[in-house]
Amino acid sequence: MKFNIKRVIAVIRKEFFQIRRDKRTIAIILLMPIMQLFMFGYVASTSVDHISTVVFNNDIGTESRDLLESFTNSQYFDINYSAYSMDEVQMYVDDGYAKAGIIIPPEYSENIKSGETAQVQLIVDGSDPTTAQTILSSAGGVIQSKSVKIVTENYGVIMPQPLDLRSRVWYNPEMSSVNFNVPGLIGVILQTVTLMLTSFSIVREREKGTMEQLIVTPISKMELMVGKIIPYVIIGFVDIILAIGLSVFWFKVPIAGSITLLLFFSIIFLFCALGIGLVISTVSRSQLQAMQLSMFLIMPNILLSGYMFPVEAMPRSIQGISQFLPLTHFIKVLRGIILKGVGFSSLKNEFLILSLFAIAILSFATFKFEKKVD
Amino acid sequence: MENAIEIKDLVKKFGDFTAVNDVTFNVKKGEVFGFLGPNGSGKTTVIRMLMGLITPTSGKGTVLGYDVSKESEIIKNRIGYMSQKFSLYEDLTVEENLNFYGEVYGLYGDKLEEKKKEILIMADLEGRENMITANLSGGWKQRLALGCSILHEPEVLFLDEPTGGVDPIARRTFWDLIYKLSDSGVTILVTTHYMDEAEHCNTIGFIHYGNLLSLDTPNNMKKYAIDGDIIEIKVDNTLKTIEVLEEKENVREAAVYGAGIHILVEADTPINDLEQHLINNKIKYSSIEKVRPSLEDVFVFMVNKSDNI
Repeated sequence: MKFNIKRVIAVIRKEFFQIRRDKRTIAIILLMPIMQLFMFGYVASTSVDHISTVVFNNDIGTESRDLLESFTNSQYFDINYSAYSMDEVQMYVDDGYAKAGIIIPPEYSENIKSGETAQVQLIVDGSDPTTAQTILSSAGGVIQSKSVKIVTENYGVIMPQPLDLRSRVWYNPEMSSVNFNVPGLIGVILQTVTLMLTSFSIVREREKGTMEQLIVTPISKMELMVGKIIPYVIIGFVDIILAIGLSVFWFKVPIAGSITLLLFFSIIFLFCALGIGLVISTVSRSQLQAMQLSMFLIMPNILLSGYMFPVEAMPRSIQGISQFLPLTHFIKVLRGIILKGVGFSSLKNEFLILSLFAIAILSFATFKFEKKVD
Repeated sequence: MENAIEIKDLVKKFGDFTAVNDVTFNVKKGEVFGFLGPNGSGKTTVIRMLMGLITPTSGKGTVLGYDVSKESEIIKNRIGYMSQKFSLYEDLTVEENLNFYGEVYGLYGDKLEEKKKEILIMADLEGRENMITANLSGGWKQRLALGCSILHEPEVLFLDEPTGGVDPIARRTFWDLIYKLSDSGVTILVTTHYMDEAEHCNTIGFIHYGNLLSLDTPNNMKKYAIDGDIIEIKVDNTLKTIEVLEEKENVREAAVYGAGIHILVEADTPINDLEQHLINNKIKYSSIEKVRPSLEDVFVFMVNKSDNI
C-alpha cells in the first residue's frame, strides 16, 4: 500500500483546523479532564472518619464516661446525640442522623470495678459496607486498647502478649484515598476523552457526506487512518499532561517513579484507546450510534478495570473480562509508577500486553475501514 | 481509444432491489454526456460504480481503459467528482478546502498556488479565500466544489446533479464552466433532471427504474424517441381535461405541461376529432395545436410508458 507522508500531513492539518473551530470538541478536550478529576478526586473518597454516633448510656459511673472519651479521641467517632431509650437510638439511626450507636448497660462501671467482664453494645448501620467496615474495625481497636489499659491500671500488671503485630503501610502510609484514586482516574479520563473524540472522527465524515468526496481521491486507507490518529495522540498527550499536572499540584499526589516512563506508557495506552474509538467509528452508521457505543464501553471500563473495585475481589469470569481491557493494565502501570515508584522491569508484562493490544486494535480498525460507501 | 467510459451489462442489486439493470453505454472522449432520469432511477448508483465507491453486482465498466472493479485506485487519480450533496468541509475556509484537496491529489508549493489562483478566478471566489465554507451561498459553494474536483486536472469529470438547489443565474454560470472544461478536452458525465440542461449535452442517456430506456443526441431523441404526435391544449381546468382525454381511444398519454396540457396521440390523428371530443364533454379551451416534442415531453411520456408496462 502506498504511503505519502505529505498526504498524511494534509489530513492532520485539516483535522486540527476543524477541532479549532469546534467549541464542543475543545470543551471535551479541556474541561472534561478537569471536571472528572475534581468530581472523582473529591467525591469518590473512601476514607471514613468522624462518624456521627448516638450514645445510650445507662451507667452513672466515671468508667463509662472514660470509655466514651476513648471513642471520641480515636477521631473516628463523633458523639453527636444522646439517647434515653433503645427506641430513641433506633430513631437516630433510622433517620440517618447517626451511623453508629453505642449502648452501655447500667452495671458497666460496677462490673469493671469488680473485675468482671463488662459488656458494651455497638450498633452499626450496615447499609453502606465501607462505612460499616470502618466502624467495626475502629471500634474493635478502641475496645482492645481500652481493655489493656484497664487491666494495667486496675491490677498494676502488664499483660504479657504472646503475639505482637507491628504493621507498616507502604506506598500510601496515610491510606489517603485521593492518592489511590487519582492515578487510576488519569487512566479513566484518558480513555473517556480519546474514545469520545475518535469515535466520532470517521462516522462524522460519513454522515456529513465528506467521506464520499475523500474516497474518490487517491488517498490510501493507511494515510487516512494515520492522519486521523495523530491529532488525537497529540490531544491525548496534552490531556495526560493536564491530568498529571492537576494531580501533582492540586491534589498533591506525589509521583514516586519516573515521569518519562509514565508518559511513555501513556502513549502506548493512547494508541489502544484510539484504536477502540476508530473501530467504533468505522462500524457505526451514525454519530448517535457511535456515542451510544462508546457510552456502552465506558461504564464497564470504569467498573471492571480495577479503578473502583479491586480486580482480585471480582468473580473469576469477570476477572477474565477485565484482563482484556487495556485500562486494567494501564491503571496497574499508573499506580505502580505514581504510588510505588516501580521501574520498567516491574511493568514488562503490562508493556507487552498494551503494545499487542494497540497493534491488534489499530490493524483491525484499518482492516474494517473500507474505501467504499456500500 | 476513443471512449472515455465503457459500460457493458452493468448490474447493481441491493438485496432484492435492482438499482441498475443491465445498463450498457459508452461515453466518447471529450463529450458532455447527460444522464437523465427521475429521482431514484439509478443514475447515482451508476456513477458510484464507475468511481469505485460501490462494487457492481455483475457486468463490466471501464474508465479510461481501467476496470472499475479492480483498478479503481488508478482511476481515482484521473477523475474528478462532485456529489449530489455538498461534500466539502463546511467548517473549513475556502482556501483550507482547496489546500486540503490539492495536497491529497499530490499538488504542493508553486504548482498548488498557481492552480488555486486559477480555480479562484474561475469560480469567482477571489477575495473570499478566508470565508468559512458554510457561509457561502449555494452558487459559490457549488463552484468551489467543482473547483476542488478539478484541481488535479482530471480527464473525466463526474457531476451528480451539480445544480440542485441553486438559482437560474448560478446554474447558467455553472454550465458556462462545464463548457469551458469540455472545450479543454475533459470528458464530462453529468446527471440532471433539468431539461434545459439536458439540451446542452452532446449525448443523453435516459434511465428509469435502473433500465436505460434511450440513448441519443437531444435532437434525435426529440425526433425519434416518441412514437406519435404531441398536441398542446391551452385550457383552464387541466385535471378534468386530462380525465376526459384519457377516455379517448387514440390518446395514449396526457400530462400537465406549463399552463396547459400535452397529449400524446397516435401519429396523424386529426385535430378536429379531438376538438369534437372536447366540445362533446363541455370542455372550454383557448387553443389546440400540434407541436414539436420537447425533451420534457420525451421525458414524461417515456417515464409513463415504462411505468405502464
